[in-house]
Amino acid sequence: MTNATAIFGRNKNLVMAVLCLGGAGLLPLFFDPLSNVTDNFITAGAYVVMALGLNIVVGFAGLLDLGYVAFYAIGAYTVGWFASDHFAAVNGGKGIHIASGALTSHLAGIHLNFLLILLVAVIIVGIAGMLIGLPTLRLRGDYIAIVTLAFGEIVYRFAVNGDQITFADGYKLTNGRQAISPIDSIDLPGLPPFDSAVDLRPYFWFVLALVALVLLVNFRLRDSRLGRAWIAIREDEVAAASMGVPLVKTKLLAYATGAAFGGMAGAFLGSYQFTVQADQFKFGFSIFLLAMIILGGLGSIWGVVFGALLLSFINTYFIPNVFNSLPHKLGLDFDLTVLSFGIFGFLILIVMVLRPQGLFPERRRALELTEGIGAGDSTFEVSQP
Amino acid sequence: MSVETATAAKPVGRRPSDALREAFSKYGLITVLAALPIYLGITDLARDGTLTQLGNNLVLGLSNGAIYALIALGYTLVYGIIELINFAHGEVFMIGSMVAFGLWGTLGLGLATGPAGLAVGLFVALLAAMVVCGVMNVMIERVAYKPLRNAPKLAPLITAVGMSFILQNVGVLWLGSSPSSVPDLIRSQETLVNLGGVVIHRGDVLAIAVTIPLVFVLTSFIARSRLGKAMRATAQDPDAARLMGINVNTTISMTFLLGGMLAGAAGLINLLYQTSVWYFQGFTAGLIAFTAAVMGGIGNLKGAVLGGIIIGCIQQLADNRIGAQWTTAVVFGYLVLIMVFRPQGLIGEVTREAG
Repeated sequence: MTNATAIFGRNKNLVMAVLCLGGAGLLPLFFDPLSNVTDNFITAGAYVVMALGLNIVVGFAGLLDLGYVAFYAIGAYTVGWFASDHFAAVNGGKGIHIASGALTSHLAGIHLNFLLILLVAVIIVGIAGMLIGLPTLRLRGDYIAIVTLAFGEIVYRFAVNGDQITFADGYKLTNGRQAISPIDSIDLPGLPPFDSAVDLRPYFWFVLALVALVLLVNFRLRDSRLGRAWIAIREDEVAAASMGVPLVKTKLLAYATGAAFGGMAGAFLGSYQFTVQADQFKFGFSIFLLAMIILGGLGSIWGVVFGALLLSFINTYFIPNVFNSLPHKLGLDFDLTVLSFGIFGFLILIVMVLRPQGLFPERRRALELTEGIGAGDSTFEVSQP
Repeated sequence: MSVETATAAKPVGRRPSDALREAFSKYGLITVLAALPIYLGITDLARDGTLTQLGNNLVLGLSNGAIYALIALGYTLVYGIIELINFAHGEVFMIGSMVAFGLWGTLGLGLATGPAGLAVGLFVALLAAMVVCGVMNVMIERVAYKPLRNAPKLAPLITAVGMSFILQNVGVLWLGSSPSSVPDLIRSQETLVNLGGVVIHRGDVLAIAVTIPLVFVLTSFIARSRLGKAMRATAQDPDAARLMGINVNTTISMTFLLGGMLAGAAGLINLLYQTSVWYFQGFTAGLIAFTAAVMGGIGNLKGAVLGGIIIGCIQQLADNRIGAQWTTAVVFGYLVLIMVFRPQGLIGEVTREAG
């Protein structure tokens, strides 16, 4: 092996990331500034960020989280609270503005710069992730799944009924199904404000930058001491603990890190879609994200990126545009879009039964599944410790 | 020598914090459970001087709880034998409702049907729902769980979630995505008995009258029959059971059959009781029933029934006092509390998962 291939081999992920992100960055130049393709790619990019976050919790640390949508919700509400006129009466109706740009400087309500909001969202959602993680620390396996699911539903209920919860001077928690809208568009220092009515491409490049950041963090974390601790916990919790891995800290960090990505993506989507509406945060969305990482391969970063892109396009393009006429051609009368979650469920089932390691498996994970390295977890083990 | 080791094994010098923690884990959950009705009882007494409203809540809670108990039994049976949360179980219950509803149409049951025809028709519908759901549950096990029996534990749970979504969409295709209302065949909201303001409806009696014999038959089946013994043996130690000549695969299939049949029965009762059916009822009811199974101690039949009744009462109290839109949040709040205070449930034993 020559020196060059060795270096290339070591930096394979870096090279691939540069190629993929660079290529993707040029992509919107070939389309109309308001093209649907760009729109779909922006949504897909946000889903990639979320899927990579979920992958840290489920793929690396092996904690099945069925309530990930909660973090999306909290992130989206962060932007709803701090970048709209939702709290219109604040500061005597004059509003609070921190580096919010010229467009919003005269509006009521709280208006923060989007970069600040990202930071706030990461902090709030990270804390929420730890809080949700706390009750699951004593539990394992499917019990974790149920507790996280319960939290996801509780957060959804608060989002839907939040318009009945008022505090201080009649500030509502959320606007429920009425949605908090409009939300400030992104206004970065040194750049003209983003305007999705004129040009979608700045949003695209912004989400691409987020994806790049999250990818970098993911790769660095996976190869770090913490990432190895996560994988150790996933493979055998007892062995990991006896080797000196601090379970509580490691698990909570997994929840917090994974959640933080969900919060970032949530804040971005809220701003991009102009609105934060409670029905976006249903349980089905958690499963949608889970299907992405299962399809790609649990724990495999590139696999997850692929799975997220694929399912996102199935959702935004293939089901409504390509296959929607299929039932009609077969003489059946129904709208395929209402069945999208059934289709995702079917994908999960098929992939899990036929190829449980996913399309692009991580090597270690594949070994676990095929050779039973994780056999300590097998279904038929006698349960009393 | 043996005496010495025995004393050494005992905790030396119990600290007060240990005793506190023990009391907490033993009575914490019961305190948390009892807090809501006691608080409401006191406020009721202070306001109206009677407990009628609380009594009415609890009657409805009991009959709703009977339905949850039937579903919870299915969760607990399956969990007991293969330690899997059969996430699709709530959807089996939903399909049971739809099968029964479809059969009413075929049999021509309507508001005009006489009592004798109604009794026969409903009995046929009950049997059909039970058989269809039982067989469907067995098929779910074959397709989604059996191939993954030696995979890591999360794998079958994930397929279970996928299965649940598939069945939900079957429901959407069948009866559309909004609730369909159903003829109120047994006039379920009609008062049967009025005990000093506490009203017992016909529907309440039906729910309990179907549930009690089913639970009785199930428990005696598991306690007495050969197959029940095989089920208990497999639950205890599948490998040893296999060595003793028990066909583990058949036993597991039978467990799924029983669970599915109970869910089918619950589906018919729910149809008569709520007089509506829609594809999403299984998801909510399934999660509530799962909470019930966990509350009672998953894997424990009596626990599932007890948990079902308690959760039914909590659900009614939340519906009536806090607002129906908050009910799921309240029930799931209780689920989280159980997980924190007493993951082994009210009368369950410590399992590996809930350590």
